Amino acid sequence: MTVSPHVKINVKIQTDDFDLNIEIDKLKYHNKNIGAIVSFVGLCRDESDSLSALEIEHYPGMAERQIKNISSDAIHKFSLFGITAIHRFGKIKTGENIVLVIASAPHRQAAFDGANYVMDFLKTSAPFWKKEHFKDGVSGKWVDAKDADNTALDKWKH
Amino acid sequence: MKLVYFSWIRERLDMSDEEISLPENVISLGDLTSWMNTRGDEFKAVFEHKNVVRIAIDQEHVDDMTLDITQAKEIAFFPPMTGG
Repeated sequence: MTVSPHVKINVKIQTDDFDLNIEIDKLKYHNKNIGAIVSFVGLCRDESDSLSALEIEHYPGMAERQIKNISSDAIHKFSLFGITAIHRFGKIKTGENIVLVIASAPHRQAAFDGANYVMDFLKTSAPFWKKEHFKDGVSGKWVDAKDADNTALDKWKH
Repeated sequence: MKLVYFSWIRERLDMSDEEISLPENVISLGDLTSWMNTRGDEFKAVFEHKNVVRIAIDQEHVDDMTLDITQAKEIAFFPPMTGG
């Protein structure tokens, strides 16, 4: 697959937090035809004040590879200029960032669709698993996969 | 061959990975999961749930149980993913 020099894919799997503005700037200046940038940030919510943290496990190597493949698919499907995708792992407290997806394109619809597409596929086919840690000290319930995440993929089947 | 485990499968088996020598009669992915099911109670508790266990061969998703796995370097077993 050829990737034009005007296209940029930036995938990182890391324990550290990310800075949305810095990541947008990195994606912005490589191509002067970018007219739209859409960003999505996924956070660790507290589930009605019951959760203290999530522990996120991943499959090193495969996680990067899967997200790069998904990003590359999105670039071609929506003629994007760039995708940045950062997923954290390890212990993440409530209120902290978990995942960032940024899509850049000439126009807004492609950028919205691109970010949406990458998130939908990342949730169901990138090898990450979440374990919940509760405030009452009861550690350890692995989060079940949701049917809604699989049905979310149906909208891209045309 | 290296086998790797994630999430509750890793916890149930109490190991994240292991090096194994395949029995001679294990050729396909289906042979492998059937054999895993015979390795003791903990393995049976995992591998009897065939619709829950997802598999990657050398970091590529697979679901064709007829695939020849004898040349694989690393096979991973994990539950459905819950990232994002």
